[in-house]
Amino acid sequence: MFSKKNLKLLTDPINKDNPITVQVLGICSALAVTVKLEPAVVMSLSVIFVTAMSNVVISLLRNTIPKRIRIIVQLVVVAALVIIVDQFLKAFVFDVSKQLSVFVGLIITNCIIMGRLEAFALSNSPKRAFLDGIGNGLGYGAILIIVAFFRELFGSGTIWDIQVMPEKLYQLGYANNGLMILPPMALIVVGVIIWVQRGRNRELIEE
Amino acid sequence: MKFLRKKVDKIKPHFEEGGRFYFLHSVFDGFETFLFVPDHVTKKGAHIRDAIDMKRTMIIVVGALMPALLFGIYNTGLQHFIATGQAQEFWPIISYGLIKVLPLIVVSYGVGLGIEFAFAQVRRHEINEGFLVTGMLIPLIVPADIPLWMLALATAFAVIIGKEVFGGTGMNILNPALTARAFLFFAYPSWMSGDKIWVSGMMNGEGIVDGYSGATLLAQSATGASEFVNGLGEKVSHLDMLIGTIPGSVGETSVIAILIGALILLVAGIGSWRIMFSTLAGGIVMGLLLNTFAVNAAMEVAWFEQLMIGGFAFGMVFMATDPVTGAQTNKGKYIYGFLIGFLAILIRVLNPAYPEGMMLAILLMNVFAPLIDHLVVQQNIKKRLKRSVSSAKS
Repeated sequence: MFSKKNLKLLTDPINKDNPITVQVLGICSALAVTVKLEPAVVMSLSVIFVTAMSNVVISLLRNTIPKRIRIIVQLVVVAALVIIVDQFLKAFVFDVSKQLSVFVGLIITNCIIMGRLEAFALSNSPKRAFLDGIGNGLGYGAILIIVAFFRELFGSGTIWDIQVMPEKLYQLGYANNGLMILPPMALIVVGVIIWVQRGRNRELIEE
Repeated sequence: MKFLRKKVDKIKPHFEEGGRFYFLHSVFDGFETFLFVPDHVTKKGAHIRDAIDMKRTMIIVVGALMPALLFGIYNTGLQHFIATGQAQEFWPIISYGLIKVLPLIVVSYGVGLGIEFAFAQVRRHEINEGFLVTGMLIPLIVPADIPLWMLALATAFAVIIGKEVFGGTGMNILNPALTARAFLFFAYPSWMSGDKIWVSGMMNGEGIVDGYSGATLLAQSATGASEFVNGLGEKVSHLDMLIGTIPGSVGETSVIAILIGALILLVAGIGSWRIMFSTLAGGIVMGLLLNTFAVNAAMEVAWFEQLMIGGFAFGMVFMATDPVTGAQTNKGKYIYGFLIGFLAILIRVLNPAYPEGMMLAILLMNVFAPLIDHLVVQQNIKKRLKRSVSSAKS
């Protein structure tokens, strides 16, 4: 299962073919759910589940789906999976589900998922499609978690709702950065991640 | 001067290629061209070099800011002494103001130039001159009591995210000084808005006279006061607004000091009179419109008062005229300036959450400046094309 070629499917999207920082897909949810770490992690797990499972299902059906209606079939599959995730979150982590609100439902429109279905699952075996889905979900989740980490640390002084900025600092005049909580800062943090990534990995720089 | 020139020439070889301190050559180059006008000449083609280069331009702008800065220092002290009910003597006022304002300047220049120097070394280009002005603008548009670490962070943000990521001086989309202010405004709203921060010393509240209010005139107009009062409840005259003995950011209060700066910029041909003029026109038009259709106290503030309070004058003279982020075409400058003035008063009056509309209006128009230029250029091309086609037919 983990031959070198298959392993590449898993690791490439995490770094040099990252869906957010390289392909610049799925930006909207990266802005919306990264104020705190907890919703970001839950969102990442949900997206990993949906990308992996929908990739597998579409890959299994790839020879029977008529070309002309493939988008609607993909949507049905993704929508079904998203509803499962949504109900699961409501049942077990209701608070987080409330925080994520509409963005769980909006996983359906997440460009990463549709992109992987079109570009990969329709022309590859279920096993490879599964790994690709997991990889892309992880790549998406990694960026989400990095962004959420910095936004929560500097915006609220906490990590996973646990106070980490020492009380002493606040007495010395430190204050939480309100801009970190606002959506534009998520975009700027993603921009800085892209900057760092391209600084380290020169082949990503376009002419 | 001769002595200095000799000294510089003596250490120069160390910084040239192969020298011991070659890695610091851009630093050396920056200082050398700062001290002496470089003797570069154009070698090819028929070009005329202007006698005034970027460093000299920037110094004139810094000079034009001096009246506002000096008055800002005085006013910082004055407002503090009024608020604490002490005797208002000249020298104690000046020394208090210096203690408050000088650290702001030092931090702003220190952080900003440090980052500029570091980027110049890493990217192997010459040190950009742009920060000479930005570093002076930033302390003038913040309240005097702003914590220094916040100022340092905002300066770093403005230089790195506002300027360097776009490629340094001359490539930035947003005015860096206003980027720093916007960062502070959204990141630390409790230090950038409200009644307590505009008068130095009110935040820790020691020795403040009972019943003293540090609300700026803008804040008063936003809350619907029928007339402007100072902290002690006395009426503020129009002369006070012109001279600038009112609470506010360090350098923005005195209309007279700002107009002296404007005069310097205009005489030297550095600031664009088109932008200043049209910004003023935009402000007047919006002010008159609001006055005409006034339904609440904020809208009833007379149009000429709108021009004198808050950061309108400062933004008009020093921020809107930024040659990098403003419109480049002459017709574009009129549109750009007019919309700044127009929007500034609009935001200020109709959105009480953002009493300082000037900052937001300029930043917004900075973003639109390239679009305005594009439309002006395209329109001109169309016009000339039409002319050439019609003349070809006849």
